[in-house]
Amino acid sequence: MTTRSIVTVTAGLSTPSSTRLLADRLTAATGEALSERGVRAQTTTVELREVAHDVVNAMTTRVPTGQLREVLDRVNDADGVIAVTPVFNASYSGLFKSFFDVVEPEALDGMPVLVGATGGSPRHSLVLEHALRPMFVHTRSVVAPTGVYAASEDWGSGEGGGRELTERIRRAAHQLAGLAVDRAPVGRDGFEDPVSFDDLMSGLGR
Amino acid sequence: MQFGVFSVSDVTTDPTTGRTPTEAERIKAMVAIALKAEEVGLDVFATGEHHNPPFVASSPTTMLGYVAARTKDLILSTSTTLITTNDPVKIAEDFAMLQHLADGRVDLMMGRGNTGPVYPWFGQDIRQGIPLALENYNLLHRLWREDVVDWEGKFRTPLQGFTSTPRPLDGVPPFVWHGSIRSPEIAEQAAYYGDGFFHNNIFWPATHTKKLISLYRRRFEHYGHGTADQAIVGLGGQVFMRRNSQDAVREFRPYFDNAPVYGGGPSLEEFTSQTPLTVGSPQEVIDRTLTFREMFGDYQRQLFLMDHAGLPLKTVLEQLDILGEEVVPVLRREFAARRPAHVPDAPTHASLLAARREADTTTEVVR
Repeated sequence: MTTRSIVTVTAGLSTPSSTRLLADRLTAATGEALSERGVRAQTTTVELREVAHDVVNAMTTRVPTGQLREVLDRVNDADGVIAVTPVFNASYSGLFKSFFDVVEPEALDGMPVLVGATGGSPRHSLVLEHALRPMFVHTRSVVAPTGVYAASEDWGSGEGGGRELTERIRRAAHQLAGLAVDRAPVGRDGFEDPVSFDDLMSGLGR
Repeated sequence: MQFGVFSVSDVTTDPTTGRTPTEAERIKAMVAIALKAEEVGLDVFATGEHHNPPFVASSPTTMLGYVAARTKDLILSTSTTLITTNDPVKIAEDFAMLQHLADGRVDLMMGRGNTGPVYPWFGQDIRQGIPLALENYNLLHRLWREDVVDWEGKFRTPLQGFTSTPRPLDGVPPFVWHGSIRSPEIAEQAAYYGDGFFHNNIFWPATHTKKLISLYRRRFEHYGHGTADQAIVGLGGQVFMRRNSQDAVREFRPYFDNAPVYGGGPSLEEFTSQTPLTVGSPQEVIDRTLTFREMFGDYQRQLFLMDHAGLPLKTVLEQLDILGEEVVPVLRREFAARRPAHVPDAPTHASLLAARREADTTTEVVR
């Protein structure tokens, strides 16, 4: 049985947080969607709060202190990423952005990503489209067409009787699972397979 | 193995006194540090090159020329010379001139520079950093080896029938290191030419540094310059020492906490555990430095950053005394004992000249 590694990154700050709640449901649904495809899911959840100081250290000095190196390695090695943030000031949280700012640029190239966000009201649901999706397009990730936004009311009856959130989670998870299973092999590793000097010099004066 | 110091030439307020040295004081302090390096038996003094405050080292060959006149054995080098924004023709001329004045005690380290605005200030584009480093160095390499150069490239005005003067001393160009902390392209470039590769190891976790050095070693062998373990590797390092570790930590902490590059970031303890920064006794510095060899293989040059973050000159000179008297003699002995016979020393003018004469003799015999 083949395995796909899914890393869930959650930027909620309170414990327990609704962001974590959404992250867990997306992770579980992705696991189920993978097993429906005959693929075993290996899931890891990263609470950014636990590496928050290390993220700042990496931003200020480039040195990933504490557990951050291990977390970055997990993201590097993932077949899919679930990225979930609370909405702060009409966008992703600063910690969420800072974390993805210290992930090595090449790590997310071609990476299947499922975006999720939580907020107090449904009015910020487009944060998925105006903040998260463009950021992951910039990192050249493959963002699943369905993003999942959960407002407080979605945890109760919601507009569609609460079932709507569950349905969105299921749909998004299936899309991520499909992308993770079909994930194209990663591009060349510049350290293992360097561009030769002659190719580097092409078009330059010699 | 060569040991030395490299300076970034920052003018920084001493956080313990609030005093900021003048540019004049800082420039003279760098010279005093270079002279001290020779006095305590170190091999190399290297200066950075910067074109923005708070740095003073915008004119490396002027400073190194002055140091050359006041030293006898010290190798004068750079950390780094900006191959992207300097005209390679001027680098060829300046360093050949320095080589003559210093009787060959000159090498240099190429670097791209990471200060964005410097590129446009010198009429270049930072997005072209790698191609600039490649093309400019290729021209520099030719200018030192061919008496008359016809050249046309992408970045610089063409040359027809150009001779860079003075010609390198004894017809032997200065040895070149290529410094990079993250670019496989630069490791590839260094390997292609059989030049040295320097990793300023200061901020980077060892696993990352190792990937780059391994790539350079592998490609050095690929291009036929020798086996991978014969490639010429240099490393940066950063230390602060006192007889007792606790004293070193207590004295260095305010400089670390307020340094422009570390302040507001990790604690001193986090930083020393994850980077080569060592704050402690001379023995701790010896032990830590020896681990570099285990990690990256036998290497040829170790440079330490000693004068930065507002440390007063007096303290830096004390550090150099400890380095020269207690640390480097032990490291020389220990590295030499561990190094296999087929691993070469870093090339010097004398060794390059000898190799050239030997090659000439062989050619004559064949004829």
